[in-house]
Amino acid sequence: MATVDVDLPHVKDEEHHHHGPAKGLGRWLYTTNHKDIGSMYLIFSLCMFMIGGAMALVIRAELFQPGLQLVEPNFFNQMTTMHGLIMVFGAVMPAFVGMANWMIPMQIGAPDMALPRMNNWSFWILPFAFLILLSSLFMPGGAPNFGWTFYAPLSTTYAPESVTFFIFAVHIMGASSIMGSINIIATVLNMRAPGMTLMKMPLFVWTWLITAFLLIAVMPVLAGVVTMMLMYIHFGTSFFNAAGGGDPVLFQHVFWFFGHPEVYIMILPAFGIISEIIPTFARKRLFGYASMVYAVASIALLSFVVWAHHMFTVGMPLVGEVFFMFATMLIAVPTGVKVFNWVATMFRGSMTFETPMLFALAFVVLFTLGGFSGLMLAIAPADFQYHDTYFVVAHFHYVLVPGAIFSLMAGTYYWLPKWTGHQLNETMGKVHFWLSFVGVNITFFPMHFVGLAGMPRRIPDYALQFADFNSMASVGAFIFGVSQLLFIYNIVQNVRAGQKATDQVWEGAHGLEWTVPSPAPYHTFSTPPKVD
Amino acid sequence: MTKAITLAMSLFAAPAWADWQINMNEGVTALSREIFDLHMLIFWICVAIGVAVFGVMFYSIFKFRKSKGAVAEHWHENTTVEIVWTVIPSIILIAMAVPATATLMDMYDTSEADVDIQVTGYQWKWRYQYLDEGIDFFSNLSTPREEITNVSLKNPNYLLEVDNPLVIPANKKVRFLITANDVIHSWWVPHFAVKKDAIPGFINESWVRVEEPGVYRGQCTELCGKDHGFMPVVVEVKSEADYAKWVADQKAMKLAMAGESSRQFSMDELVAKGEGVYNAACVGCHQPNGQGIPGAFPAITGSTIATGAIDKHVDIIVNGKTGTAMQAFKEQLSAVDIAAVVTYQRNALGNSVGDLVQPSVIQK
Amino acid sequence: MAQQDQKQTKRLALRLATAAVAMFGFGFALVPLYDVFCDITGLNGKNFSQGPTVSAVSVDTSRTVKVQFVTVNPADMPWDFRPSVRSMRVFPGEDKQTTFYAKNPTAQWMVAQAVPSVTPAEAAPYLHKVNCFCFDRQPLEAGADTQMPLLFFVDPQLPKHISTITLSYALYDLTDSQKVTTASQIDDKGQVSL
Repeated sequence: MATVDVDLPHVKDEEHHHHGPAKGLGRWLYTTNHKDIGSMYLIFSLCMFMIGGAMALVIRAELFQPGLQLVEPNFFNQMTTMHGLIMVFGAVMPAFVGMANWMIPMQIGAPDMALPRMNNWSFWILPFAFLILLSSLFMPGGAPNFGWTFYAPLSTTYAPESVTFFIFAVHIMGASSIMGSINIIATVLNMRAPGMTLMKMPLFVWTWLITAFLLIAVMPVLAGVVTMMLMYIHFGTSFFNAAGGGDPVLFQHVFWFFGHPEVYIMILPAFGIISEIIPTFARKRLFGYASMVYAVASIALLSFVVWAHHMFTVGMPLVGEVFFMFATMLIAVPTGVKVFNWVATMFRGSMTFETPMLFALAFVVLFTLGGFSGLMLAIAPADFQYHDTYFVVAHFHYVLVPGAIFSLMAGTYYWLPKWTGHQLNETMGKVHFWLSFVGVNITFFPMHFVGLAGMPRRIPDYALQFADFNSMASVGAFIFGVSQLLFIYNIVQNVRAGQKATDQVWEGAHGLEWTVPSPAPYHTFSTPPKVD
Repeated sequence: MTKAITLAMSLFAAPAWADWQINMNEGVTALSREIFDLHMLIFWICVAIGVAVFGVMFYSIFKFRKSKGAVAEHWHENTTVEIVWTVIPSIILIAMAVPATATLMDMYDTSEADVDIQVTGYQWKWRYQYLDEGIDFFSNLSTPREEITNVSLKNPNYLLEVDNPLVIPANKKVRFLITANDVIHSWWVPHFAVKKDAIPGFINESWVRVEEPGVYRGQCTELCGKDHGFMPVVVEVKSEADYAKWVADQKAMKLAMAGESSRQFSMDELVAKGEGVYNAACVGCHQPNGQGIPGAFPAITGSTIATGAIDKHVDIIVNGKTGTAMQAFKEQLSAVDIAAVVTYQRNALGNSVGDLVQPSVIQK
Repeated sequence: MAQQDQKQTKRLALRLATAAVAMFGFGFALVPLYDVFCDITGLNGKNFSQGPTVSAVSVDTSRTVKVQFVTVNPADMPWDFRPSVRSMRVFPGEDKQTTFYAKNPTAQWMVAQAVPSVTPAEAAPYLHKVNCFCFDRQPLEAGADTQMPLLFFVDPQLPKHISTITLSYALYDLTDSQKVTTASQIDDKGQVSL
């Protein structure tokens, strides 16, 4: 990001017309303030993270030993399905939207989001979506049990009754995401402070701009595919049923046309956060800013032509396999560029290792490991051995947990002092980091081994040869799970009390958000700053 | 209580399972070894890249720390370097893509096979039909319920054992025609590096040429409902002579079965036989005690079908029930099995209707 | 500036919303697009040939192709359904006829539809069905049986490396024809039979 020099007279102006937040519950229900909405998104996603995490622990507890101990296979399938849906749509995506709400206006010198009322809407429909989804657990026949990828016909002809509620929940989530994305694009394109050219924008803003375009392109396709399911279930159209001239494989094509960009939707903003944090704590400007932007854009574009690498075993013709293999491997190039740039930023810097930096460094290493296994998965012939095994589970958890989730934790610790006005308790932050780091690796690393040895995913019970590593993974999962209570504790403590944070907070921090006081006042940049 | 004790016992037994396999199976076919080599090649390339990247990263972390007095430099761009680290990975990728494509082409070999077997996925079992030999059977999980529920100790092939394994000859090209009856399944034998989705209404193919006789085990790898984890694949590879003998035996057995179904059975015979059939074919949905799963699968105990007219009862087992998970069992079970399981359901699991049906009257 | 910006923002938001709606439509457009794509490439072994579209071609007697027939009864389809012959050797270009046996063992009148699939998928565009029972729905009275004809030939253009073609039929119960009418109306692609 370009260094930003700002005139600051207007910060004082705020005090003249400071009308703070309304009082009581009404403040949260009717708010159009980007900071309030950002906070609500973040709190909501944290709740979902804990619920989804609890489901993961049910899964890991059942898998601690071979044999059926705690839950029935059908309930186990409901847990894997709900865990996936809640983590993807309830935890990771809203958390990034929350960060975008808080930080994008402050990073580009805008007073608020471009469409504040829609912003309120896009948040408030979200809890209802998840209320509907979670309530399906208590319906006769149980919650959706067909995996978060809900392949037809398991999710249509053979689905439990609750599938209709699942479909409505997905529609609402989709509407929320699309509204959020429209808002972000409008904000970034129209509300930047004078002088804040596109190529001066912080990378977090850039990655979110591109992500928002991805969301607008693919969330409607997801809505389309669930609508087709709805039409099948209630009106008997047969898009995915061979009996009526449809094809179950078509479902997978349409789903992954959404699904693969979705994967990048969950990781691009993470790239942005990491690209903010590393320069701050290396006290050196981000290496190759322009190439970072181009890399993100090319990853986003490539994401539209690689979807069928999730389907190497469905029986594609040779040319199809070869095309999707090559296209997928190509993604390694821009992703590699990003990792090289982060490392080059650290090289000959002046590094310190506060909590956000620790999470960011762990992100770089562990996300790259996930990238390596992703590259292996891209090799079509080898994928016949990896596909739908725990190797895949290990791969996507490496890119999503120490990837997306760690970046969210890094971002939270990084910006928390700006939000609350209190310095971080470094000791507690570091304890949380190290427990999470150890827990994550004990949980997910052994999954590579059982996957390669032949353990399929989504099974409630397994052959004895997989027992040892599964016990290990379960122990790790509980370490990781329990240590997240510390995350909540750290946040709550920081909100309640702490040393007064300076405006800049971190010694090496640059950018508009660090020019406003800590905590950031309710209204910032009512008069746009001037960026040189 | 007994459950708790066996659970505790199985905890102690844990070390006996110790099998810390961390890598892919090399397999027993030329193709599986080719894939294994490819896998190792990519793995080592990744390791090399990892060592280089993380090497620089950790060097920076130790060398350029503020506490050691490092002062940040000001450069933040270098076009040459950036081009280099875009081009080099591209070259490495091409180096990976070449052998990968070659292996892929080997997999798509469409030359004529010696044996063709249709593999059909059902919830939750496999059906194997030998096209030219007229052999046709189902392959169910044979692990006893007690092992799954931790009542008894688990045998070494726990969850990887079936009643009727697929039998194929060694050193012959065997072609699998893979499809499904209900939802999508996926047929996987790791040692053959054969994994193909079984898609209802559509047919896929894969093939194998195994050099050594032996028993190879795999599983269904596409989530297919409740008992997805309980539909293993077991393949017995026999020498050519043994295979020929097995085929002859199967044909002889089929004739014997036909004779059996015209015999008169006693109630005790049918109930005893029916219990075995029930535990293989029905227990997954209707549960060991016949109580079903409320909201999903109906109970047998006290059901209007199992206590009503016997021909209706037979009909629903033979032809299934449209629009539900109840399959037509006429292909899966012999007349004797159907008669036995009907009689069993009517006179056990809490029912006591007192009538029976003879195999000879089962209309298939 | 605020006025101007507001207007601009509204316009942009509207455009983005339109894009989202268009993408929703695109999701549905993927259905016919997929069929066209499958038809061209034989992807997924879909076999679309409908009736005598290709006129007689010269017979290539230099090689034979093994054509196998297999049948699948999907869940809850009670009919007996099997090919009369398991496989036959044909010269590419040569017209061949075979039959499939079907029996409705139930006590009620039923209608079925056979859905074809070909493997290897690459061969799908080269298997031409001149006349096939799968072109139409097949009704059967309770307890009745029938031999259903299939007249086909293999295109001489079939790539040389393919020596075996498997034609599979899945037989679906369409007695509840209400369901079917709606289906063929909704994804009306001119495919009368499917």
